[in-house]
Amino acid sequence: MRLTSRYRFSASHRLDTPALTPEENRKLYGKCNNPHGHGHDYVLDITVDGPVDQDGQVVNREAMDALVRKQVLARLDHKNLNADVPELAVSVTTTENLARLVHGALSEHWTLSARLARVRISETARNTFELEVPQG
Amino acid sequence: MFLTRKAEFSASHVCANPAWSADQNQAVYGNNANPNGHGHNYVLEVTLTGDPDPVTGMVFDLRELKEILNREVVDPMDHRFLNKEVPPFDRVVPTTENLAVEIWRRIAPQIRRDGVRLHNVRLYETADLYVDYEGGHFEDQR
Repeated sequence: MRLTSRYRFSASHRLDTPALTPEENRKLYGKCNNPHGHGHDYVLDITVDGPVDQDGQVVNREAMDALVRKQVLARLDHKNLNADVPELAVSVTTTENLARLVHGALSEHWTLSARLARVRISETARNTFELEVPQG
Repeated sequence: MFLTRKAEFSASHVCANPAWSADQNQAVYGNNANPNGHGHNYVLEVTLTGDPDPVTGMVFDLRELKEILNREVVDPMDHRFLNKEVPPFDRVVPTTENLAVEIWRRIAPQIRRDGVRLHNVRLYETADLYVDYEGGHFEDQR
């Protein structure tokens, strides 16, 4: 059975890569390249997959919330993703890279009985990115 | 093709094992263990899979599906205290997971059309938390 829990965080960022010229960055990233940055209210859906245990649960909700709060929300909520998150300093702060970061941070400290099955992040209500975690 | 129909019901429940202490229940079920109960506006999304009938163009008669959901889920569960009024939750802890399994058990045998079957039960406990159940071995655990 799969269980999905929704979390929210707000952060600012700017899309810009040193691999391109300023003009190329402006052309590629458009408004997202604004030098002063801009922000989003991100919506994060974490899905776990596993059997229903004797207590009738896939996962202990409080343990899951605590893990996400500590490993993800504490590091991203009300932060500047370009300036405040060292792991993202070497990559562009796209939501794709953010999903990878969330997956890495969670799996590195994963202590839950169910497996991490999916990370889904909505940057706005119109843009959603899903990272499906392969089994095994 | 997949067909999904939504239904809502509001109910109260307590998630606690009567054999345990209050502290044990709090550790496992958190706020859901409050002995006096609390409620949710559950949202159920039932997904069927199959090919559309060549004559009617439908995977399944939506009116019939609505009647099944009302009869098996909404009528018996809406505005009820699950632990006290809706078996098997007098002896099975009414977690969202167990509720999804029970809803599957009630609905799956009612989907009687060749080549069409229940594919998924998605149950939202709140807008921020849901489970997906595609049937299978948890059905036999109790």
